[in-house]
Amino acid sequence: MSLTGVVRPYGDTTGDGRVQLSFTLPVPFGDETQRARAEGAALQLAAKMGLDPAMVVHAKGMGPDFTFFIVYGRVSHLVDLSAVTVAEREFPVLPAAEVNLRIRSALGRKLVVVGACIGTDAHTVGIDAILNVKGHAGEKGLEYYREIRVVNMGAQVGVADLVARAAAEHADAVLVSQVVTQRDAHLTNTREMSAAFHAGFGPQRPLLVVGGPRFDASAAPDLGVDKIFGRGTTPGEVASYLVHALAPAKEAA
Amino acid sequence: MTGKLDLDPALVAQARELARRAGEPVTQLARTHTTVSVERAVLRLAGLDGADEDGMPWVNRLADAVRETTGLEHGVALPVWDAMLTGGYPDLRTLAVDAAAGLVKFRLPAGHEGDAAIQAAARSVRKGISRIDAQRAERDRMLVQTSNPPMPWIYLIVATGDIYEDIPQAQAAAREGADIIAVIRSTGQSLLDYVPEGATREGYAGTYATQENFRLMRAALDDTSRELGRYIRLTNYASGLCMPEIASLAGLERLDMMLNDCMYGIIFRDINPVRTFIDQRFSRQVHARAGIVINTGEDNYLTTADAVDAAHTVVVSQLLNEYFGREAGLADAQLGLGHAFEINPDIPDSFLLELAHAQLVRELFPDAPLKYMPPTKHMTGNVFAGYLLDAFFNLCGVMTDQSILLIGMMTEGIHTPFLSDRDLALENVRYVRRAAGRLGQEFRPEPDGFVARRAGQVLGESVDLLRKIGSQGLLNAIAEGTFGVTKRPADGGRGLDGVVERAEGYYNPASEILEASR
Repeated sequence: MSLTGVVRPYGDTTGDGRVQLSFTLPVPFGDETQRARAEGAALQLAAKMGLDPAMVVHAKGMGPDFTFFIVYGRVSHLVDLSAVTVAEREFPVLPAAEVNLRIRSALGRKLVVVGACIGTDAHTVGIDAILNVKGHAGEKGLEYYREIRVVNMGAQVGVADLVARAAAEHADAVLVSQVVTQRDAHLTNTREMSAAFHAGFGPQRPLLVVGGPRFDASAAPDLGVDKIFGRGTTPGEVASYLVHALAPAKEAA
Repeated sequence: MTGKLDLDPALVAQARELARRAGEPVTQLARTHTTVSVERAVLRLAGLDGADEDGMPWVNRLADAVRETTGLEHGVALPVWDAMLTGGYPDLRTLAVDAAAGLVKFRLPAGHEGDAAIQAAARSVRKGISRIDAQRAERDRMLVQTSNPPMPWIYLIVATGDIYEDIPQAQAAAREGADIIAVIRSTGQSLLDYVPEGATREGYAGTYATQENFRLMRAALDDTSRELGRYIRLTNYASGLCMPEIASLAGLERLDMMLNDCMYGIIFRDINPVRTFIDQRFSRQVHARAGIVINTGEDNYLTTADAVDAAHTVVVSQLLNEYFGREAGLADAQLGLGHAFEINPDIPDSFLLELAHAQLVRELFPDAPLKYMPPTKHMTGNVFAGYLLDAFFNLCGVMTDQSILLIGMMTEGIHTPFLSDRDLALENVRYVRRAAGRLGQEFRPEPDGFVARRAGQVLGESVDLLRKIGSQGLLNAIAEGTFGVTKRPADGGRGLDGVVERAEGYYNPASEILEASR
């Protein structure tokens, strides 16, 4: 289904354009003058954001220096649906049995996945949710797939160790999770990782897959990896992608 | 308060006995081994601080130099204080500098010389222990001078990476109602085999735990405590490879609580199990002496495993933490056993199940300052629904008389909390406390009703699991993935090379003082 035409936000009537937002300004909310000035500051921001009219429905001082606002208003912007672009998923999500079958028929052996959190990132929740049998969102993790062999190296793995292990295990794919984003650590680490694999393996490198809540899914080429998964990715999606990329379906005879 | 669930006292006693039996062989291991971090903690207690120009602490340089010559199986104390006496060194720092340059020939002194080294070592370490004792007394004085806030204590986290940003945030949080400030550590720190030095302004998702950062934050919170007339407690993390040293620094700088779990590092950070249990015992002996309340990490199990299926693993871990804690000399009032509100809100009766689990823990550990953790796993990005879930968490905490409430953020999992997220979270808990603070006194689950039966079921499953652990051994149970669904073999993980079996004549002045004080 493709949507076309022009829409506005819907509050309680078609086209009313009503939205709500909240934010904090570093302004005091003490005496009456300060309060009036704070609300005025909030309204100025709302106006610059395209809210007209705007209404401060809640303002609260937080300590001596800050004020929190909740603002409702009407936006003048139009949403042109024909100009909306989305990254379509280029592969179908397959049931586990189908994933196993495809690996068996295309590779004739188990598909090997090496996973790790690299850099200083110690948050293994994401990679564990994808790899552990326990899985995530009601789906079993990759360890559950009979035809996938999983090597989970855990947290804070050095890039050199990851490359060496991928070589030793004859990895078909390397999964890297990055949760921490302070100072763009997730981007720096991913670039370092992909450069090491390109340098160490050349064109025979394993498939490189990264995941984390703060990646831009379209940045894969820029980061030198094959695929980026974002928040809410399930193990089934990852397994299906691996099969799509590494164990393509045989052409119908 | 107790007895709402009509738990079978014989079953409760059996659970404790099974936990003791499961833990005892591991305690024996800790009594017969030492680690590089335990030995470095001895040097820290004796006053050795600072780092070389590369930032490597002098305690590491000195302990490494000793290890290379005499080994650590007799402890650092004998060779170090022998070298101090025979070399005429004025202080440990001077010795460490020379040792790092390869200028010191360490040996194991015997006879009179051995006795002299023992006396000198004991004298030096006793100074550090005395400072810990003085800090404990100072806390008691501060509690009288300001006031001890009523429970549940409100626990808030700061995590900017920069101690000089953390301080005003912590002070603001205290003014807004926080009773406890936890400074989250930089994410890499648990796997560093040294404690960074000095005030730090760079960290990933947290701020490095250093002695100077501890001192700066405690001093700032002392000011705020006096300003508010309410003692603000400070928390940090004694987990990871440097548990014994960080515990010592916490005692020296008057931290009030420390995250310290018997198995967290093993399960979630892949630190070697043997290393962890040895380090843990020493660190808890220091905490016991310092009057520090430990916080255990059972909430973490529920972030990897299902909170209903794995409810009994939380109780089992709590019983183990209690056994190990008491064995190390901690009083029940120092056992901040952890658990969490992590049941999927989509399942029917999820709140009743949470009540059953929280009440069960309350009744199993009536004198422990239980630490209750808010939902994280089912915080979806719908901040409005998340705010509601946090309110139910607060309600459950109030109803079941939890002691420490870590305040949930509606933006959990989205970004580090905005100033406003923290403010709204405090508004949430203040409302619940005001509206339902006495609900616990009025709330009594139906005898043999859903809540009581669920609690009994979890206790029964805990006893079954403890029996299984007892028969296979705790280290094997950990290797087989009993906790947190992760398998951690006893010969795997980081830090095993820092474990040393004690030889005949092993001497550790800190352990001697700490064991004698029990």
